[in-house]
Amino acid sequence: MKPSTVPASTPSLRQSSGRYLQTKWKGLIIAVPYLWLVLFFLIPFFIVIKISLAESIIASPPFSSLLNWTEDGALQLSLLFDNYAYLWEDELYYKTYLNSIKVAFICTLICLFIGYPMAYGIVRATPTQRNILLILVILPFWTSFLLRVYAWMGILADQGTLNNLLIWFGLIDEPIRMLYTPFAVYLGIIYSYLPFMILPLYANIEKLDMNLLEAAAALGAKPLITFLTVTLPMTLPGIIAGSLLVFIPATGEYVIPDLLGGGNSFMIGKLLYSEFNNNHDWPVAAAVAVALLILLVLPMMLYQNVQARQVGVKT
Amino acid sequence: MIHKRSRWVIAMLCFGLAFLYVPIFLLILYSFNHSKLVPIWGGFSTRWYTVLFESPEVWEAVMLSLRIALINATFATLLGTLAALAMVRFGRFKGRTLFSGMISAPLVMPEVITGLSLLLLFITLADIIGWPGARGFTTITIAHITFSMAYVAVIIQSRLIGMDQSIEEAAQDLGAKPLRVLWDITLPILAPGMLAGWLLAFTLSLDDLVIASFVTGPGSNTLPILIFSRIKLGLKPDINALATLIILTVSIGVLLAAWLMWRQEKQRMQDRKMASRTDH
Repeated sequence: MKPSTVPASTPSLRQSSGRYLQTKWKGLIIAVPYLWLVLFFLIPFFIVIKISLAESIIASPPFSSLLNWTEDGALQLSLLFDNYAYLWEDELYYKTYLNSIKVAFICTLICLFIGYPMAYGIVRATPTQRNILLILVILPFWTSFLLRVYAWMGILADQGTLNNLLIWFGLIDEPIRMLYTPFAVYLGIIYSYLPFMILPLYANIEKLDMNLLEAAAALGAKPLITFLTVTLPMTLPGIIAGSLLVFIPATGEYVIPDLLGGGNSFMIGKLLYSEFNNNHDWPVAAAVAVALLILLVLPMMLYQNVQARQVGVKT
Repeated sequence: MIHKRSRWVIAMLCFGLAFLYVPIFLLILYSFNHSKLVPIWGGFSTRWYTVLFESPEVWEAVMLSLRIALINATFATLLGTLAALAMVRFGRFKGRTLFSGMISAPLVMPEVITGLSLLLLFITLADIIGWPGARGFTTITIAHITFSMAYVAVIIQSRLIGMDQSIEEAAQDLGAKPLRVLWDITLPILAPGMLAGWLLAFTLSLDDLVIASFVTGPGSNTLPILIFSRIKLGLKPDINALATLIILTVSIGVLLAAWLMWRQEKQRMQDRKMASRTDH
């Protein structure tokens, strides 16, 4: 938002940066993490691509080799795109992809709707209150994700807290089925990822120049107009960062649909898991992984772009 | 009008915090429930804590998880700090784009993909060079380091970008050798970031279920794997007791860290005030 500050500070930082490390240490500092990531991040990724192009066979490991010796002694490379065609043709995969995106998208919107006023409220609080509120938002993020999902199992079960409460109030006579429904999955995702939405929003709203809001009000803009024309555009980077932090992991979520959604919840992370661990169809699981990655590369790049811009503004 | 809006904001804030905390409080409450059926109150009791403490399985899982988390946090902090130094301090180097992609990708990578790809690597490696023979402690630790170091790198990077480099240059101009500058100037300035990174890596490791369940082998159950396999079929009161202990430990840790940071910040403000007073 303040482009004038970026070019002024960045080049000088680059030029003078770490000159004392530029000597013999430079190679080592780069090489160690670089090699680690190549070995444990890049190569595994290529193995997944390789297996996604193989054929599922009953053997150990359960996939065919891509390179084969033909009868006349020539090396033959056989790439099978069948697994990808299968993903495209079989309704289950196609629909599961769309469903995952739908669930993640709706959850992101609801997180934004709850998280935005919360972040705004935290910014507007007094410094002491602000610290306490921030800790309250961060605390669940540090406690076990799995256990927080488990907590909802107790609330949503047929004999659970919510049903007991509703019956006690006389609002319902029979327990409503809530656990193992899509509703539970939505609730679990919103609950688990809400802090991820609030924190980037908070960081962004905090930098907002309140004078602008007062100026808009002084010039006669109604609060809603001020919000839509000043606050919202200026906090857009925070909205995008927070939304991607919710949307991307929510799309590939496995634990929540498995524990809260039960057998009839279809999300891509869960499908990949069961394809691999229950059906032992490694090539199809690998193809699902590659497709999911391609599906998420675009928002990932977008996110990095936003983040780089934010870092630029900060310096 | 402003008053009305802020009232709405406060209402949302209260609702949001209640939403975040009510499930956790209920989880804790039910751990003291005598009844075997979790959500039906049968009187106060600590019997599930006894059940928990008498289960050797749980303790094995706790010890395995802690061992993995400790080693993971240490190596992830080391590698993440090096990666951040490389990214921020060396400007352009060969393969920088690939490096920056690899270091930030684990942050947005779905866990199922990370888990699957690492498992396939371990299986391929075992096929070619015979290592790792059995999956468990080592493979989980390697997997955790790989994704934790990305988080550490992000924290250290932001600290490095905000750091005043003239101090390093001054030390160098005064004749300090590179290693001396690194040890006496850069690392002490990075220390709070490294500590934060270490703690984050530690928690991420303790919390991870999906990646660990892909790369583990038979007999190696981390705590999340054990909990998951137990709650898969429904509510278990002894898991509530375990959850309560975990949540209390983490909360105390976070509050303590927050208090220390707050005290440090206050000290710094005071120092600054003193410094500006002597200036005039």
